[in-house]
Amino acid sequence: MDNQLLGKIHSFQSLGAVDGPGIRFVVFMQGCPYRCPYCHNPDTRPFSDGEEYTVEEIVKKAVRFKTYFGEKGGVTVSGGEPLAQAEFLAELFEQLHKVGINTALDTAGYPVNEAVKKVLRHTDTVLCDIKFPTDEQYKNHIGTSLEATLSFIDECNNYNTDIIIRHVVVPGMTDSEENIKKISELAKRAKNLVKIELLPFKKLCVQKYNELGLDFPLKDTPECTAEKIEQLKETVR
Amino acid sequence: MFEQWNGFVGGEWQKEINVRNFIQLNYTPYEGDESFLAGPTDRTKKVYEKFDALLKEEQARGGVLDIDTVTVSSLTAYIPGYLDRENEIIVGLQTDEPLRRGVNPFGGMNMVRKACKAYGYELSEVVEEEFRYRTTHNDGVFRVYNDEIRAARHTGIITGLPDAYGRGRIIGDYRRVALYGVDRLIEEKLKDKAAIAANDVLADDIRRLEELFQQINFLGKLKEMAAMYDCDISVPAKDSREAVQWLYFGYLGAIKEQNGAAMSLGRTSTFLDIYFERDLKNGTYTEEQIQEIMDDFVMKLRMARHLRTPEYNELFAGDPMWITEAIGGMGEDGRTLVTKNSFRVLHTLYNLNPSAEPNMTVLWSTQLPHAFKRFCAKVSCDTDSIQYENDDLMRPVYGDDYAIACCVSAMRVGKDMQFFGARANLVKLLLMALNGGKDEKSGMQVAPAGRKFEGEYLDYETVLDLMNEYRPWLAKTYVKAMNMIHYMHDKYAYEKVQMALHDTDVHRYMAFGAAGLSVLADSLSAIKYAKVKVIRDENGLITDFETTGDFPKYGNDDDRADMIAKEQVELFFNELKKVPTYRDAEHTLSILTITSNVVYGKKTGNTPDGRRAGEPFAPGANPMHGRDASGALASLNSVAKLSYGCCKDGISNTFCVIPQALGADEETRYENLSGIIDGYFSQNAQHININVFDREMLIDASEHPEKYPNLTIRVSGYAVNFHKLSKEQQREVIARTFHGEM
Repeated sequence: MDNQLLGKIHSFQSLGAVDGPGIRFVVFMQGCPYRCPYCHNPDTRPFSDGEEYTVEEIVKKAVRFKTYFGEKGGVTVSGGEPLAQAEFLAELFEQLHKVGINTALDTAGYPVNEAVKKVLRHTDTVLCDIKFPTDEQYKNHIGTSLEATLSFIDECNNYNTDIIIRHVVVPGMTDSEENIKKISELAKRAKNLVKIELLPFKKLCVQKYNELGLDFPLKDTPECTAEKIEQLKETVR
Repeated sequence: MFEQWNGFVGGEWQKEINVRNFIQLNYTPYEGDESFLAGPTDRTKKVYEKFDALLKEEQARGGVLDIDTVTVSSLTAYIPGYLDRENEIIVGLQTDEPLRRGVNPFGGMNMVRKACKAYGYELSEVVEEEFRYRTTHNDGVFRVYNDEIRAARHTGIITGLPDAYGRGRIIGDYRRVALYGVDRLIEEKLKDKAAIAANDVLADDIRRLEELFQQINFLGKLKEMAAMYDCDISVPAKDSREAVQWLYFGYLGAIKEQNGAAMSLGRTSTFLDIYFERDLKNGTYTEEQIQEIMDDFVMKLRMARHLRTPEYNELFAGDPMWITEAIGGMGEDGRTLVTKNSFRVLHTLYNLNPSAEPNMTVLWSTQLPHAFKRFCAKVSCDTDSIQYENDDLMRPVYGDDYAIACCVSAMRVGKDMQFFGARANLVKLLLMALNGGKDEKSGMQVAPAGRKFEGEYLDYETVLDLMNEYRPWLAKTYVKAMNMIHYMHDKYAYEKVQMALHDTDVHRYMAFGAAGLSVLADSLSAIKYAKVKVIRDENGLITDFETTGDFPKYGNDDDRADMIAKEQVELFFNELKKVPTYRDAEHTLSILTITSNVVYGKKTGNTPDGRRAGEPFAPGANPMHGRDASGALASLNSVAKLSYGCCKDGISNTFCVIPQALGADEETRYENLSGIIDGYFSQNAQHININVFDREMLIDASEHPEKYPNLTIRVSGYAVNFHKLSKEQQREVIARTFHGEM
């Protein structure tokens, strides 16, 4: 094992219960190439920030929480965009599997390369965002292509990994029934699709933006209600 | 052979007093879910309405509905009282009227006088006159306290000693009343008495003979008390209703006789289930009727009251009785001790609304049936009324018929008792050690004058050495005070009913306590890993600190700080063990503060961790508010490092998590909550209070109490109705760490 590999980490959360199955230790990686308008972790974007950790250090931390994981839980790596540090991540997941810890990857999709493939070989669950149903929207809002995300999902089909497709519901932007239908159509290409999770847009992150001196693009957009989510869930059922 | 025992599997329990054997041979483990449960009947709803109206009236009158200032509380002192004579199923009140409090001066007159006054009453001349010629427990203790103990009490390095009221923390085996009837119990006690009288009878035997006389005498009074309610408890209970009624009479006798701080119920629900199963099979009762009996029983328990002073309420907020019922657990043979009645007792929180009492305590094992675990997690999410204690940790020590006294103190039912002893403030020990034995607040010389810290910057080794020099003094003073207290309590306020419901040869614990653990650990960590400059006042007393640089804090699964906490607990316990105890009691230690963490903080000066003078400590073994910043599980991992071997009297952890942090939907939350408890207890942690709510709700409840009349929260080893906390205590609860907050 290559101990010299270093990952840039934003932070850890020892109790994660909403990012993957069961109880999860969540590792937030630092650095993200995307600029989603509703991003709730803008502080994880710059690749220049964060603290460096070795794989071994993180495995050691994760093992401390093994007694809570039960049959389903484990480690979720989120971000930032974890696949931007795919080499490190591949090593981390491999080592986690060696000590019997379940792995989940929370990603927005990423161009497939050898390192990404290696990550997927050691991933039990992929949580993949489909942010918009069209390439045009992707280009306008995120700065990447829908095609890249879809190819990533197709690549996932080559492995045994479960897939959860996630989609943030933003009032006036992505909350139409039509939009949700399109997302769920796209999600069907995932062979081991477990479910589609609709996440309500929230504005808890406004303070973070202020602290960073950044403008929150959706500051005037209302939060998405639980009722709306319930209603849209019918569409994807 | 009693006819009341027909249908039970016979065994050792028929030849000797052995409730465990009866349970093991007769109970029916239940692995199913809660779908069999019955809702409240119309009768239950009607009686509850009446009770609820009284509760509201009590609250409106400042927390006490009424006081009988003339009658001294005892088993037969009052005419029978009823809540709703026509409709209640289980009868018996402490006094002649519901929620009317009696006076119990045997522990101490001062407490009674003050309590009456605090609620606008005056203790009657009759009682004053009677007790002019009697010695109370309180009188006895203060006859023998020396100046050192008085100073330690006064400055608050030792606080909350049970020297002015009943000591409590003793659990009678109330099940014996139902299973054997009182006559059989008397018969056994007479045999024991005769056996002791055959010895050489020196002081110890003579004391035991007199205690047995009192036990037998009060078993007689217990029968009289029940007869006033037209029940003959000289014989065993014959059916479901009688089993609950007989058992309750045992408990009622105890709380009429004693005003102990914690008057726990024991481990009764699975025992009662045996009667219920028999009657359900016979067709003499329906599920609805059984639940109705349990609902009525629990309503009676919720009516138990003791008269307390406002000072007492500061230490133990919310008028608690700690009617702790230990539920579930696993048997030594691998069968679960969960029965249908484990579900029923928890179900009262729905049928009768959430409530602080009885103190629902689930003995949790990773092996518990899945459906029961899920149900408990659901009840926690819905009511915040359950605490969990690690059965896998305690069963090897106490077997499978132990219960919990108060919050976290395990004892074998009817076989162990404890001498309760409040707690020492370990933070003040640190400050006193720096100041040559002087109290950091008043400058008073408390410990004998010795070496003090002379330098400008604290260094870890020197500070540890100084603490090592003063710790033996604290331990000795503490044990001496406890010995005096319990000698006098045995002499002047002996628990006659409760001890009659124990084996005659009882094992005794002496339960010490420590407060301020997280502040001490963080302070020592600051000294070790940051730079701490001392600031002295004009008299040379160190009263403040200037701490620069960061330091690891207890509660983040960081050994650098956590091991300091662990070590300090062990050092204190080992020092206590060196001092001999009254009646050769076994030393134990708890890390538990109840709500006294607020008062302890008030009495403690500035600390090197940055905490300002007067600010509350964290409760029990909890990390300090807001400092456990690495998430919920890291916080739990830190507490789990404390050694139960040193703290057999319990390690209390109160855990608040917001619902969303447990999962997106209810089923996921139940599953994850259950997983958290499994994970925490797998590391040999002992106790956890679970609260599932968010800070905003508490703030709203503090501002608009009328919107949350039944809001119950777990504070520290017990549950409390949020509105019974003082504003100061409410603020402290609101300031605690809520895991999962953004």
